[in-house]
Amino acid sequence: MSLAAPDPSAGPAAALRRALASRSFAVGLAITLLVAAVALISLIWTPYDVTHLVVADRMQPPSLAHPFGTDHLGRDVLSMIMLGARNSIAVALVAVAIGMGVGVPLGTFAAARGGLADELLMRFSDLVFAFPALLSAIMITAIFGPGAVNAIIAIGIFNIPVFARVARAGALSLWPREFVLAARAAGKGPTLITVEHILPNITNLLLVQGTIQFALGILAEAGLSYLGLGAQPPMPSWGRMLFDAQTRMVVAPWLAIFPGTAIMLTVLGLNLLGDGLADVLDPRLRRRR
Amino acid sequence: MTAYLLKRLAIAALTLVAASLMVFAVLEVLPGDPARLMLGLNASEDAVVALREQMGLDQPMIVRYLAWAGDMLRLDFGRSYTYSVPVIDLVAERLVVSLPLALIALALSTAIALPVGLFAAARRGSAGDTLSMGAAQVGVAVPNFWFALLLIYVFAVWLRWVPAGGFPGWGAGAWPALKALMLPAVALALPQAAILARVTRSALIEVLGEDYIRTARAKGLPQSRVLWRHALRNALIPVLTIIGLQFAFLIAGTVIIENVFYLPGLGRLIFQAITQRDLIVVESVVMLLVAAVIVVNLLVDLSYALVDPRLRTPA
Repeated sequence: MSLAAPDPSAGPAAALRRALASRSFAVGLAITLLVAAVALISLIWTPYDVTHLVVADRMQPPSLAHPFGTDHLGRDVLSMIMLGARNSIAVALVAVAIGMGVGVPLGTFAAARGGLADELLMRFSDLVFAFPALLSAIMITAIFGPGAVNAIIAIGIFNIPVFARVARAGALSLWPREFVLAARAAGKGPTLITVEHILPNITNLLLVQGTIQFALGILAEAGLSYLGLGAQPPMPSWGRMLFDAQTRMVVAPWLAIFPGTAIMLTVLGLNLLGDGLADVLDPRLRRRR
Repeated sequence: MTAYLLKRLAIAALTLVAASLMVFAVLEVLPGDPARLMLGLNASEDAVVALREQMGLDQPMIVRYLAWAGDMLRLDFGRSYTYSVPVIDLVAERLVVSLPLALIALALSTAIALPVGLFAAARRGSAGDTLSMGAAQVGVAVPNFWFALLLIYVFAVWLRWVPAGGFPGWGAGAWPALKALMLPAVALALPQAAILARVTRSALIEVLGEDYIRTARAKGLPQSRVLWRHALRNALIPVLTIIGLQFAFLIAGTVIIENVFYLPGLGRLIFQAITQRDLIVVESVVMLLVAAVIVVNLLVDLSYALVDPRLRTPA
């Protein structure tokens, strides 16, 4: 009895090895996990209570007691950054979920049906793309009231056409393939084919786009909360912290440095992770790089 | 070519109409009476009635939409409620700040991104490539308003080379005005340049793998000529697409950046109008900006035909 030797390039272990060999992926994953861990820890513990204002300790430079210093109300900046991570991640993640949840069914449906449905979807996404996303998000949050929930909706709406387009393009390239043809010959309908054959094969594409939109969502949330349209006090947000830092930057530069670095690091981590994922999941792309 | 042109024009026109319906609808579905909303709860009944009449709120919706769209086409945007001046005057006054700002930023980002992308693609895999693309990764991740704060700290507070904010107006001479726009333009340009450099590099690398590049090299053309004459021209379509898309990002970016620098531009006008619920200004300016984005994207589409002769002949 002879067993064929397992293909060393297949299997999850090999995939993980390949993934960690990609520098972008490894660094991106490390940063992303760090930020996610910080956000999770903030659910149960932060060094200080940020709703507790200690005016005597205001505007303290970084020290052992307050590694990132304190702000104009005596709040610990490190604790605020930890809570800010939770806020940013929550907003961007739900916005991605909205975009995927609505966009992917739309895109795969358009690809399966073609014709008028497809044309309508493409023109609709042209229309949404004509509205500068951040400008419209500002309008939505300002009109329907500032706050984390409206920020999520505003950012999420603009993720919809992005995912619809990616899903459509991915699905269109699969429909002429033999295995789809075989499924059609077996009498499966478009919905079943989409669920059983198309979706599993565009997961990679969606995952890569998901990390990109996640990073863009973090930036958009920061912009909105800088303008005072995101999460409302006492919930700290990175953008709001930068707004508060602006007028005090000369005497307390740490107030501007730490939240900005947090945003940059998070977005950088996600972008590297997305690049790395694209490399790992699609070796064809890798050769071109 | 004519068919391509007509199709793009028709799509642009349709998008514009649909966009106007959308802007109109958003303000239409607002809870409550727009006039009451704008005037606040303490307004007298007379004032509300007068404003309702001015806004034509007593007319049916379709009549109001057609009247509004017709006025827009004639560049008659109505009067701002908060500033009590025609919206068109407000827009003109603010445009002389925002338009130069956006154009300088666009020029700056293109001027940085093209050489960097070209350099990185030509020396793919080298230390220079890794370094410049690493810098681009960081550039994409930096929120532009944070970068703006750092610029203010270094160049306005510390070195005192340029003002930290505000705008002296063009009347005081071109130099002080340009100086006031310099930091905002750099802040706007940096993330855009980072994205554009990455796109330029990957578009070029794609093109550099083509057979005609090998042919050009095989016949002994120098590297610079291969890059500029053969590769860059063919890589221009994705690059132009991104430059066109960046226009929309720049417009949205001005809303935040103008707030950081207290610049009296269109972005700050619209932000203030939104917070003051001056809906007449909001819907006009949003519509104008959307129209600008649609026109720019149309121009980009048409420029493809200039860059790529294959698009000039009917398929």
